Amino acid sequence: MALADSLIELENITKVYQMGKMEVHALRGVSLSIKAGEMIAIIGASGSGKSTLMNIIGCLDKPSSGRYVLEGADVSRLSDNRLAELRNTKFGFVFQDFNLLPRATASANVELPLLYSGASARRRRCLDALERVGLGNRAAHKPTELSGGEQQRVAIARALVNNPSVILADEPTGNLDTASTAEIISIFRRLNRDGITVIMVTHETEIAAQTRRIIRLRDGQVVSDEMVIYEGHS
Amino acid sequence: MKLTEFLAMAVRSLSANKLRSSLTMLGIVIGVSAVISLMAVGQGAQASIASTFEQLGTNVLYLIPRSPEVGGIVGFSPAFTPPSLTLPDAQAIERIPSVLMVAPTNENFAEVAFGGEKTVGIIHGSTPEYFTVYDLEIESGQSFSNQNIASRDMVVVLGNQIAGDLFGERSPLGQKVKIKGNRFTVIGVLKAKGGAMLGVSLDSILVVPITTFQTRLFTQRLASGEDAVQSIAVKVAASELIDDARDEMEALLRKHHRLAGGVKNDFAIVTQQQVLGLFGMITDVFTIVLGAIAGISLLVGGIGIMNIMLVSVTERTREIGIRKAVGAKRRDILFQFLLEAAMLSMAGGGIGILGGWLLAMLVSQVDVGGLNLHPAVSPDVIILAVSVSMVIGLASGIYPAMRAARLNPIDALRYR
Repeated sequence: MALADSLIELENITKVYQMGKMEVHALRGVSLSIKAGEMIAIIGASGSGKSTLMNIIGCLDKPSSGRYVLEGADVSRLSDNRLAELRNTKFGFVFQDFNLLPRATASANVELPLLYSGASARRRRCLDALERVGLGNRAAHKPTELSGGEQQRVAIARALVNNPSVILADEPTGNLDTASTAEIISIFRRLNRDGITVIMVTHETEIAAQTRRIIRLRDGQVVSDEMVIYEGHS
Repeated sequence: MKLTEFLAMAVRSLSANKLRSSLTMLGIVIGVSAVISLMAVGQGAQASIASTFEQLGTNVLYLIPRSPEVGGIVGFSPAFTPPSLTLPDAQAIERIPSVLMVAPTNENFAEVAFGGEKTVGIIHGSTPEYFTVYDLEIESGQSFSNQNIASRDMVVVLGNQIAGDLFGERSPLGQKVKIKGNRFTVIGVLKAKGGAMLGVSLDSILVVPITTFQTRLFTQRLASGEDAVQSIAVKVAASELIDDARDEMEALLRKHHRLAGGVKNDFAIVTQQQVLGLFGMITDVFTIVLGAIAGISLLVGGIGIMNIMLVSVTERTREIGIRKAVGAKRRDILFQFLLEAAMLSMAGGGIGILGGWLLAMLVSQVDVGGLNLHPAVSPDVIILAVSVSMVIGLASGIYPAMRAARLNPIDALRYR
């Protein structure tokens, strides 16, 4: 049952890929309800469908069947253009390998979503976003001049810049060392405290333990969905 | 997203690969400059021919042999036309009341020598009326007389330029020049006139009596054994009389050539307008053929752009994925790549126009042996080049841009 205050409502979502003659069932009926302000880890073995679920939540992909209600509106059958608008305004993506434009500066990378939304005062907003991830002094640097952790923080600033409701992070610390990992996770927790919903795919239980809710997938189905009992949260 | 932002983005990504962008542009640059310069040369040639004939006035008719068996332009070509005109023909025409004067003329190329100086000159054989009909004035010495014609004297009147070429500052009068090995006495020099007939400057001709030309230089006979005349210029008393004169000439010549009723003419009478039209046709064909060749190089340039854009789309698959993930729509991506292609081709077109114009200027500086084409770059050729290069840019960019726009964001992001 859809709750009035739920941000994301998934009902019996399936996703089938055609791989040559074979059909791959990436998701086999996933139902979830996510409220605004949650911090969630999606975990599972590789091939369990967690990235597919993430892509569908982020409107990068459409479900084969099922219903996806975002902020009370059904988005499962929207056109590509409408989905692009949702990606632009409602979601911010953070990827395992950063996915920054290599030849553009940090601030040009952060500016990208603003170009497509036609926002004004872009320079100011880019700098604000970079400051929120502690990179206010790195705006003119190119990705190659930044460390892995710094590149991921630029990517987070890019995800933030359009004030999204949800930040979706797919293995955001997969390519990072321990120190950078801790830094990235603490940024996500801070953003979550500021009210942004954070959904993170990971296979590291230690990282998952720092969120508030862990959804475990296996073979395209939710096998467990539980709150984290962890007193370190404030 | 605003147009200026798209433009800035396109400039950035093209300048990120400067060498590749310039090489891709080069195809269009070469194509457009070829179109511009060749069209300019073609139009220049046409204009210079037109001005030459217009100088002669509208009351001149030309009589030339024309093979009744061969049609079209080819029928006017000396190579396909047996000679049919003679000096008695010219004399008969001169007796027509509406005809002011006639200038039967033969011409050919020959080696001309004086002392150590040698050159190839255009020899015209004609009568004293030649100088009046073609409006040539004597600068020094004199023209030849009817007496010279009758006795086939070895005398020559030099064009101003060829006199300078052979004699420099010295006076050529009374000197002997060798034409095709025969010694001719120089009796006059023409005033400089400028202008050119079919690329041949009137200042670089040598005029000799037509009888001397026929017997000593280039002998050409009709089937009957008479000496041939290549063309007869007929000056009519007034331009209103042209049509009458034409009819009378035709009747007279048919009688002279003993053509029975129903047999086609073995000559043609053409007006200045017709001559202009004829040469216009030739230069048009010339311009179209050159333009088509240049157009092919433009096409190749367009294929080059398409090729590079396809490579670029593949190389930048991840960039496309990233852009789509942060909210770029299909049309944003389409426009981005289309603009890059259009920019390459427009920049190439712009440089090409400049290059073609410079090339045309360069050609106009060349003046070998009185041969000058006076190329003229007309605005419609420039408009044509700009629009063609824009169309090429869009046509060669649309397919790669559509491929980019259609990419699935997830696949694009995973691309390695």
